[in-house]
Amino acid sequence: MLARDDKDSLKRTPLYDLHVSLGGKMVPFAGYDMPVQYPAGVLKEHLHTRNAAGLFDVSHMGQIALRPRSGKVEDAARALERLVPQDILAIAPGRQRYAQFTNAEGGILDDLMVANFGDHLFLVVNAACKAEDEAHLRANLSDACVIDSLADRALIALQGPKAESALAKLCAEAPAMKFMDSGPHKVAGLDCFVSRSGYTGEDGFEISVPAGGAERLARALLDNPDVMPIGLGARDSLRLEGGLCLYGHDIDTATTPVEAALEWSVQKSRRTGGARAGGFPGAEKILAHFDHGASRRRVGLRTEGRAPVREGALLFADATSSEPIGKVTSGGFGPSLNAPVAMGYVPTSLSALDTKLFAEVRGQRLAVQIAAMPFVKNTYKR
Amino acid sequence: MTTTLYTTDHEWLAIDGDVATVGITDYAQSQLGDVVFIELPKLGRTLKKAEPAAVVESVKAASDVYAPVSGEVLETNPELASEPALVNSDAQGKAWFFKIKMADKSELGGLMDEAAYKAHTA
Repeated sequence: MLARDDKDSLKRTPLYDLHVSLGGKMVPFAGYDMPVQYPAGVLKEHLHTRNAAGLFDVSHMGQIALRPRSGKVEDAARALERLVPQDILAIAPGRQRYAQFTNAEGGILDDLMVANFGDHLFLVVNAACKAEDEAHLRANLSDACVIDSLADRALIALQGPKAESALAKLCAEAPAMKFMDSGPHKVAGLDCFVSRSGYTGEDGFEISVPAGGAERLARALLDNPDVMPIGLGARDSLRLEGGLCLYGHDIDTATTPVEAALEWSVQKSRRTGGARAGGFPGAEKILAHFDHGASRRRVGLRTEGRAPVREGALLFADATSSEPIGKVTSGGFGPSLNAPVAMGYVPTSLSALDTKLFAEVRGQRLAVQIAAMPFVKNTYKR
Repeated sequence: MTTTLYTTDHEWLAIDGDVATVGITDYAQSQLGDVVFIELPKLGRTLKKAEPAAVVESVKAASDVYAPVSGEVLETNPELASEPALVNSDAQGKAWFFKIKMADKSELGGLMDEAAYKAHTA
């Protein structure tokens, strides 16, 4: 348990009072006092999100506007390309793209979403990294952009097959949006930024809302019987089933996008032979991984039994060898699969689908098998 | 005639002669959340008081269950393998974990009765 003064130093999101009134079990997360679950519990919250719709408070995440000094969004895009291996110039107005800030060694400083809002870029970054990310942007892009931290905005995710109909009642334009569309919209009369994306593998939306209107919007969404509040516990099990990386666990400063099996997120224009190849931190190493392969790779893992294999479990090539060949970086129980799921890093030579390995759990070797991700099929509205 | 005693680690023991039936309390299950897997001790294993005897896995985390007394494992609950959620619905009834033949009944001295346990979790 945290000492009282530690608890008091935790920050609160604009939805803190709502969480408490809904019976949320509050825990420290990335410096915030956040709901890990509500009275329904992780299992029901997870399944409700897959079957209907879940509402998540993700206001702890960082929201940043990159405003080009020239007034031309291409200049902000070109500047941001100095820090990420993605093609930012190709993001059309009203669209967003998944990206990573890389370091000089080719590792990942954070992963983020980048949207083109026509006259500026809108970024959403991880809570635990947001101060460093902002400093990184200021240090490297201030010549071309004004870095505007949007600390007065909350962020609400609405995820699941009923998310569209629930949001449509408050935002008539929502149903016409496609996966990774992003832009300003009125929601319940509030000036919001809405993207059709999320972190569950389900269709859904993320809604950036002025802090003062956040509780009103959340309550309006929760008035819909299809919508249930969901805590961080189910957020984690949902993203794990979705095969999505958790920064600081599945990706970090020591993993490259290629090792992390995120090649799909690096467009051809930034790879060797592309129109704007390289030019981002760690390009030499990351492009070498593209051109010659990396020695290890992130993979999905399924177990034979029901015992979850969790983060930190060592992986072995057989039941008896003493030298581990890899490690689990995320693992737990997947409620939709009713079975354990995990992801971790293994040598590329052992990363083929269906390869049988062993995970050590409490001194015992459990049989695991490399499995395709996502573990649960995505339902994005492409 | 059985007596039920409680540990500060939120286990219950139903004492019948020199055999104790052990499980986790309703308070413990409410704190753990949805239980998805339980690892029970092997039959015949000799447990020392306070050593890890079983593991309860919820969606989010694994928690150890410590042997509340020393002794030999006589029986484990077969229903928990197929229905771990029994711990959430009937922690102090159908969801017993194991039965242990106590080696030293004086170890029961430090345990709480129901009233003391209620005060402990209040």
